[in-house]
Amino acid sequence: MTVTQIDIEKGAAAASPYVPRMARIVAAEQMTGTERFFRLRMEGEPLRYEPGQFVGVTVFGVGEAPISICSSPTQGDEFELTVRSVGLVTNALRGFNQGDRLGVRGAFGNHFDYDAMKGQDILFVAGGLGLAPTRSLIRYVLDKRKDFGKVTILVGARDPSLLLFRPEIDAWLARGDVQTLVTVDRPDKAWKGNVGVITRLFNQIDMDPARTYAVVVGPPVMFKFTVLEALAEGIREHRIICSLERHMKCGVGKCGHCQIRGTYVCRDGPVFTYEQVKRLREGI
Amino acid sequence: MLPQVLKKSDLAAWIEALMAKRRVAAPVLKETSVADPTDLKFGWEYVVDPTEVRLDYSVTVLGPKKFLWPARQPLVSYALGGDPAPKAMIEHEPQVLFGVHPCDITAIRTLDAAFAKDIPDPHYLARRQDTAIVGLECAAPCDESSFCLDMGSLYPEAGYDVMLTPMGDSWYAEAKTALGQALVGEARMRPAGKPDMEARQAFSEEKRSNFHFKLPCEVKYLPDVLDASYDSLIWEAIARRCFSCGSCNTTCPTCYCFDVYDDVAVDLTKGCRARRYDSCQLDPFAQVAGGENFRQHRWSRLRHRMFRKGKYILEQTGQAGCVGCGRCDRACVAGISIKDTFIQIAGSR
Repeated sequence: MTVTQIDIEKGAAAASPYVPRMARIVAAEQMTGTERFFRLRMEGEPLRYEPGQFVGVTVFGVGEAPISICSSPTQGDEFELTVRSVGLVTNALRGFNQGDRLGVRGAFGNHFDYDAMKGQDILFVAGGLGLAPTRSLIRYVLDKRKDFGKVTILVGARDPSLLLFRPEIDAWLARGDVQTLVTVDRPDKAWKGNVGVITRLFNQIDMDPARTYAVVVGPPVMFKFTVLEALAEGIREHRIICSLERHMKCGVGKCGHCQIRGTYVCRDGPVFTYEQVKRLREGI
Repeated sequence: MLPQVLKKSDLAAWIEALMAKRRVAAPVLKETSVADPTDLKFGWEYVVDPTEVRLDYSVTVLGPKKFLWPARQPLVSYALGGDPAPKAMIEHEPQVLFGVHPCDITAIRTLDAAFAKDIPDPHYLARRQDTAIVGLECAAPCDESSFCLDMGSLYPEAGYDVMLTPMGDSWYAEAKTALGQALVGEARMRPAGKPDMEARQAFSEEKRSNFHFKLPCEVKYLPDVLDASYDSLIWEAIARRCFSCGSCNTTCPTCYCFDVYDDVAVDLTKGCRARRYDSCQLDPFAQVAGGENFRQHRWSRLRHRMFRKGKYILEQTGQAGCVGCGRCDRACVAGISIKDTFIQIAGSR
């Protein structure tokens, strides 16, 4: 484990992991008041990634922010991001449109273990912006539908105007081979669907807990109560999967910002099982 | 190469010879306290005048980390207005760190491991590769704050090119590497004789008798001891005094967390992505853009630092996260001591 002179020499000649590559925006769309959708294509080699990974997005002259990939590699060489405008970089991204160029580093992190889920039932529980990373796996599973058992998708949002991917959710609702349920905390007059927190949807679904994986991504408070509900249904701790949010600044396990105890979320995550997260303690 | 002996009066000439070919950094006297004239503050600087070098220093306020891992370091340059064409900025030139104490040699080994492991960081490693280290033996502990013997940093087995030992009116110089031999070759030295070797042996015995263990357990148990204390109220108790100022991080020779930021040239034609030291004790360190702060409590940040120093970095890199230099203790305005904290939790059962 000791570092030798050879390690130092090899590392000194290595390529810098901090240099972004250039990507071009193929499509951009304002999804909600705060969320903007981008489809991108790398210049040169396409981005190689797996569902659940993230990239560092650079707005030159402003900075870089870590963003979950919301598409699946089964969709082809392009990749998609959903960005909420909350900080310096993400607000700058509001001004970016089709044809503009961005810097991209990555893809970073581990990914959803879809191989382990093959032949199994999957329950997706996505709250708010959590639908973005979840969608990367939903798209993967739907593109390889016959490899998986029963698929259930629960989507929650604070109010109807904040629902992401609405046309896509409508398509999922129309499919016979997927059960999709949507709820909002605060309905508007036009809303005809479910109302209340996402855990309320659990009494509308049937599951075989022994063969179900629950993929839960959303704000910490939603995660906590959804895990409670999933455990109450009988789902095993190692079959409850989540993706953690941290401000990764380097993506390569050095800068320390995403560290939870001895774990670097950028490198060891962002995908963890509940069995792992409960040991991390500072995880959620 | 046999050990060599350098007359103290020839030291400045050696440093001058070294300076002809590369930059030399060494400890110099920075300031003297008005209240206590014996309280000398030493710092690491690139040498301008070789006679300024103070090898009689006890400990520097900051270690020599900055020559390998600057407080601000450019990473990527890019153009604005046209094609950004981002390019890595890897800056290094030959340098010698002259007179590095064992704790700081060990600390540099920790940084080496942190930046070489997994995905290598050439911005650090290129500087490291171009850096020679002339070590300097310690005869006695700096003060009460140091616990280098406990942390295993007092007798480094590697990580330096030459080791100097003070012996009366001369220096005993042992080259550890081929590069070290070349450096020694630039000095006017004579091979050590039997009396010199006996004097070196006497120094070792004297050194051995001057350093004492301070922790109640072996350092290898520290990760377990820390684990057992994770839920203890001790962290809240100690953090009552903590101001979250980050002085402990600033002075630590093994801290390597960083913030990444972009700088834009005033004429807006180009920009630069750079990194700077960051501190896990500062409130926004683990905050995300949505406002969630995953270590919002002061005590949770203090605990995180103590765990990094005693456990995480060791597990991460195989090298000590804390070298027992005592700098964080000396810098802490609230009188929080990592050594006393380790002693307290190790003694609590």
